[in-house]
Amino acid sequence: MTDTGSGLVVVGASLAGLRAAEGARRAGYQAPITLIGAEPHLPYDRPPLSKDFLTAAGPPTATLLREEAVLRDELALTLRLGTTATALDVAAQIVVTDSGEVSYDRLIVATGAAPRTLPGTDRLSGVHALRTIDDAHAIRAAIDGGARTVVVGAGFIGSEIAASAKKRGSEVTVVEALATPLARAVGEELGLALAALHERHGTRLRVGVGVERLEANGVGAVTGVRLADGSRIDADLVVVGIGVAPATGWLAGSGIELGNGIECDENLATSAPNVWAAGDLVSWPNATTGLRMRLEHWTIAAEQGGAAGRNAADPDAATPFTTVPYFWSDQYDKRIQFVGVAEAADETTTVIGDLDSDSFLVLYRRGDRLIGALGLEQRGTVMKFRHLLAANAGWDEAMSFAKERAAAAAAKAAAAR
Amino acid sequence: MRINVDYDRCTGHGICESLAADLFEVGGDGMVHLLSAGLPEDRRAVVESAVAECPTQALSLDG
Repeated sequence: MTDTGSGLVVVGASLAGLRAAEGARRAGYQAPITLIGAEPHLPYDRPPLSKDFLTAAGPPTATLLREEAVLRDELALTLRLGTTATALDVAAQIVVTDSGEVSYDRLIVATGAAPRTLPGTDRLSGVHALRTIDDAHAIRAAIDGGARTVVVGAGFIGSEIAASAKKRGSEVTVVEALATPLARAVGEELGLALAALHERHGTRLRVGVGVERLEANGVGAVTGVRLADGSRIDADLVVVGIGVAPATGWLAGSGIELGNGIECDENLATSAPNVWAAGDLVSWPNATTGLRMRLEHWTIAAEQGGAAGRNAADPDAATPFTTVPYFWSDQYDKRIQFVGVAEAADETTTVIGDLDSDSFLVLYRRGDRLIGALGLEQRGTVMKFRHLLAANAGWDEAMSFAKERAAAAAAKAAAAR
Repeated sequence: MRINVDYDRCTGHGICESLAADLFEVGGDGMVHLLSAGLPEDRRAVVESAVAECPTQALSLDG
């Protein structure tokens, strides 16, 4: 590698990008670091946008990931906010942006993912996805205006928005095209168990019916959602949560290998020299699970950012990035936590609580191994299974540990009575 | 070296526990508890990771 003095450039100024810059500095990288972000805002945390930001009693504020002084002084970052990367020349080592070219010696791509939209709805008012703080402001304002809310998509973000809108007093319906929400994330049985939270807390849920079209009035404001079965739901606010797509459009033609996002190696290096990637757009072989994965979890973005930063700072000492995936979701003041993977499970077993209640723990088995654990309001328990997963624990060991936990919890509850 | 937990921020994710189960544990109250009063200096790196990886920025390190 020939360093010209251009230093490290990080494209994407959200969690993964910020952590990449921090990771490089912690690894001793001394050259300039430039952080390029499309949004005009300082790096902020996205998970609160569908939760506390929507439900806060007073004016909502962004949760900054770091104060500006830390970014500029402690980390010595050159911030290029409100700047969108539009192309990449990996031979000349140049990022092309909407406000000029930026040369790099080393590059980390962390442009994340963009929400999928419903075709033909771009020009309607009252229709939003939720990715940015600007989206969140618009949704909150509509809820406060008394909007009847329809959430399209019963995934985690749609479900969180529905719970928040409900808490804020909105009349809410969730519409999901699939018969089973969340099946890919947690499996079919648990997808149904988690979706039942909506109805237990007064939110209508329609599953197995797609959206035919959105209806609007003469000035282009949404008025309702027409479903595939011909029924119609009145709506002044439609929030679309039907997933995201890796934001790799600007890399088309760059020569960087794309597939399901950016195809990276175990060290998060892309196919181009001196280019690494981190966050929602990364597909990489995760040795802990034995699977090539692309995950859109907060924790993965944070951990990958740090790892990509370290590896870019010192490529000769690069280490593989491995992790036991973790994600969470907060809905109706209940916390859902998942560690591991749910895919291709042979069996799921409820080891604490009942699936029709607001508190349970479920373990996932493949062959004779534990592969995942799902908790609803099990904050004191779920992470203990992350250790077992990291150690590739056997099913019998996981089950006996779970039984000990359940017995201890029962004894404690009995003593408290 | 001393760890501070901001209990206005902690929501009991337990990432810290998953990194160092001998130092952190999320209890039945859904909050993290410190298991060791004094922190061995040779655990600084993992504690720094726990501070950095906390989803709610609830941990900080003195000294």
